[in-house]
Amino acid sequence: MKILKYILPILFVSTIVSCSNDNDDNNTDPVSEVENLTLVQEISNDTHTIELFTKTGELIQGYNDITIRLKDKTSNEFIENATFTWKPMMHMVEMSHSCPKSELVKVTGKETIYNGFIIFQMPENAEEGWDLTFNYTINGEEFEAVGDISVPMSPKKTVTVFIGADEVKYILAFIEPQTPEVAINDMTVGLFKMENMMSFPVVENYKVMLDPRMPSMGNHTSPNNEDLVYNASSKLYDGKLSLTMTGYWKLNLMLQNENGEVLKGEEVTNDNESSSLYLEIEF
Amino acid sequence: MNSCIKQSLFKEKTMKNKFVFIAFVMSFSIKFYAQNIEIDSTATVGLTEVIVIGKRTLKNKKQVKPLSSIDDYLEQSNKITMIKRGNYAWEASINNMLSERLSITIDGMQIFGACTDKMDPITSYVDVSNLSEVEITSGQQGAKNGSTIGGGIDLKLQKSSLEKEEFNIGVDMGYEGNSNSRNISSELNYSNNKFFTNIDGIYRKSDNYFAGGGKEILFSQFEKYNVSGVAGVKTGDHSTLIGSVIYDKATNVGYPALTMDVSLAEALIASVSFEKDSILEIINKWETKVYYNTITHIMDDTKRPDVPVHMDMPGWSDTFGFYSKMYAKKDKHNLLFNFNGYYNKSLAEMTMYPNDPNENLMFMLTWPDVRTFYTGLYGEDEFLIGNNKTLKFTARFGVQNATIADDFGLNSLRIFYPDLENSKTRFTFNLSSQYEMAIQKTKLFFNVGYGERVPSVTEAYGFYLYNSFDNYDYIGNPYLKNEKSLEANISVNRSVKKWTFGAEVSGFYMMDYIIGKTDPDLVGMTIGADGVRIYEALDDATILTTNFNASYKIIPSLNINGMIGYNLGNDNNGNNLPLISPFTYRATLHFKKNLFDADLNVNGAGKQTNYSAYFGENETESYMVLNVSASYNFYFGSQKLFVKAGVENIFDTNYSTYADWNNISRMGRNGYINVSYLIR
Repeated sequence: MKILKYILPILFVSTIVSCSNDNDDNNTDPVSEVENLTLVQEISNDTHTIELFTKTGELIQGYNDITIRLKDKTSNEFIENATFTWKPMMHMVEMSHSCPKSELVKVTGKETIYNGFIIFQMPENAEEGWDLTFNYTINGEEFEAVGDISVPMSPKKTVTVFIGADEVKYILAFIEPQTPEVAINDMTVGLFKMENMMSFPVVENYKVMLDPRMPSMGNHTSPNNEDLVYNASSKLYDGKLSLTMTGYWKLNLMLQNENGEVLKGEEVTNDNESSSLYLEIEF
Repeated sequence: MNSCIKQSLFKEKTMKNKFVFIAFVMSFSIKFYAQNIEIDSTATVGLTEVIVIGKRTLKNKKQVKPLSSIDDYLEQSNKITMIKRGNYAWEASINNMLSERLSITIDGMQIFGACTDKMDPITSYVDVSNLSEVEITSGQQGAKNGSTIGGGIDLKLQKSSLEKEEFNIGVDMGYEGNSNSRNISSELNYSNNKFFTNIDGIYRKSDNYFAGGGKEILFSQFEKYNVSGVAGVKTGDHSTLIGSVIYDKATNVGYPALTMDVSLAEALIASVSFEKDSILEIINKWETKVYYNTITHIMDDTKRPDVPVHMDMPGWSDTFGFYSKMYAKKDKHNLLFNFNGYYNKSLAEMTMYPNDPNENLMFMLTWPDVRTFYTGLYGEDEFLIGNNKTLKFTARFGVQNATIADDFGLNSLRIFYPDLENSKTRFTFNLSSQYEMAIQKTKLFFNVGYGERVPSVTEAYGFYLYNSFDNYDYIGNPYLKNEKSLEANISVNRSVKKWTFGAEVSGFYMMDYIIGKTDPDLVGMTIGADGVRIYEALDDATILTTNFNASYKIIPSLNINGMIGYNLGNDNNGNNLPLISPFTYRATLHFKKNLFDADLNVNGAGKQTNYSAYFGENETESYMVLNVSASYNFYFGSQKLFVKAGVENIFDTNYSTYADWNNISRMGRNGYINVSYLIR
């Protein structure tokens, strides 16, 4: 019995180790982990290079799904055990502020990549621009890297900043579907509150009512849309967006708090062509 | 917009696909030919009516012009009303039922229009130059070539006989004053005892027509040509191999009653058939045919002023099919079996161009590439049960599978039907029995039948199809049940001295009657539409059609005949169904002496009081129009010249009928002349 007491944990541990070894064999290829992504840019300090990837190879106003890798400049190895925080900053003429973002965390089941999202609520312009600061820790040692990033204006309205009837400043961003189809699409938006220049907490348990319209088709709307409701696990809002044809769609929205009070937006009627709260897609 | 490009390439790709379904052609069919009597174009045998296309034989007993459109010929039938959306491509209705409730075939071949708005009934893809006759059958008598509710129309191609040697060339020319319509047709027929061929071509060009009172009906012009060739070779003492090709192309076709015109309607219709007769003592004839047809239909609104959004609406329909008909005779039984099948692919798309040219095109699939595969077996047995008494049974059983082949289209429909499967199989049954008896000069005919039909592609899978009749967008309903019908018909014909009388009553009790119902929760797509209707099944609906006809021989060369008809159609709540004919009448005074013929014809209708406001109808006023024509045959040796001239709507009456889409006015006074020359 006594022997067994030792043997079992050893067997157990060795099984896990051997499993993870298998994983290593399959997934450590650093190229395959960013296979479907395109490099946006690199941000370096003396010791490390941070590679930024997105699907398109660009950052843009609105929601950005960002994947990064951290490379040791001397060994050229990717670092797999760093912990990150990141801080996007908009440096305006008069002031600076940050924007809504997720945490930047290691992707489960992957070796070299870390993932998170940033919602740039405004684009850069000639005088004003964004930078991105990474603070990371490797084996207890702390590092920082800062780089300027380019965030051009989105051709369609994919993020909106507004003050609700409760005098709170909100940021609402379109997240999914990134490739809309003529179908019922799963739709996701993010809703954040601007507490101060640096703090943008998630707004929970509100409701975003959805009315997609095609202004070019006499404000045609589609059936079987579902309003967006809070998803506690993703901390985002999920709903259904039905699109009956390709083209330009205006997603008219109304924001409702937990008490069912409308904070922003108006119902679309024959007399009211669109809501003051809306997002846009075109495909 | 990848999908848009994909769809446009689609046609080309699938044309190359080869379907091996022909392997299924292992079949049996039977027919008997007891009833192969020479039938005058007006005569009714049972519930079958045969219209002879009088062009070649110049057997123009009725007042039809040799170069009339096929639509004009069909309109002469007591059973048919033509629904008009303009001056071209009218849609036939039998017993007040339209295409989706009828079985319309060309020489037994299935062919389906490619237009989501029914601008191309299949009768528009053939012309009088191709045809020898049209067989029109009411109700379940029309199930010979396919399942039906309302009846059947089979357009029979002109084929020479191998029995006689013949060589002739014919030229026909026609001119219609009202629409400045120029028609020319030519044909060559050759046959000997080993080989025959018929080659013909026809060209028609027509400008806008003018309604009574002189108002020009804009967008009523059209241009078309049609060429066809049929050839047969004797492959043995009792067998013949026949091939036929028809190519039909219409361009610049205006539809004044609709919001769009057609820039191209093109069809290629081809078949090869093998006929064998006197096979066994009991099998008289066995005919097997394989066929293919392809239709391209392009709607166009570029010539219309003030369209809110310009749109392209092309549609394609390809059909591969076969049938095998066997005619047999055993004792007193005449048997016909028809084993048939087809594979059809229907695809239609709509691209809308936003007024802001920087916006992406708006694209949808209006028919989601539906592949329909049908096989069915039809049998009929007609037998004598005593003197001049015949009993006939017919039955058809069919299996039909419809599959949505395009994921874009499937996902579109899933907006309305989230759990929609891409494939559905249905079964149909059609049964009928008839009893016919002749007592001296009275003929009596009774028929009872049961029929089923599957929903059409539009009814099951249409996506935002705009109907200008009721101003609603229509969405198909894939979960519709088969529509069913119980029918009974009685007809009586009697001759007394110089009189002949005929009366016919048909009643249809339909269950799961398919019709559009407004869904108040849905918002229309078409700019200006009142909303969206979804095809639904009414519990039941009834249609009653009656007609009475009589003719009287005043003196041997002068004959008068007339017809009156009355129809009713109601849904389960007693509401009127749309497109039900009001009281109509027709009378013709016909004079014939030697080679001279003259006709004075009056036709009209009473006020349409039983209209359906729900489906966009209003009370159509009564009308009466008068037509006159005369013709003469000149012979020069073996050559023949036939001249016919006449005036239609002599008093230039401005009128429209219940069958005119959106009350578009019909043609005003029209003088015409037709000249046919036959060289033998």
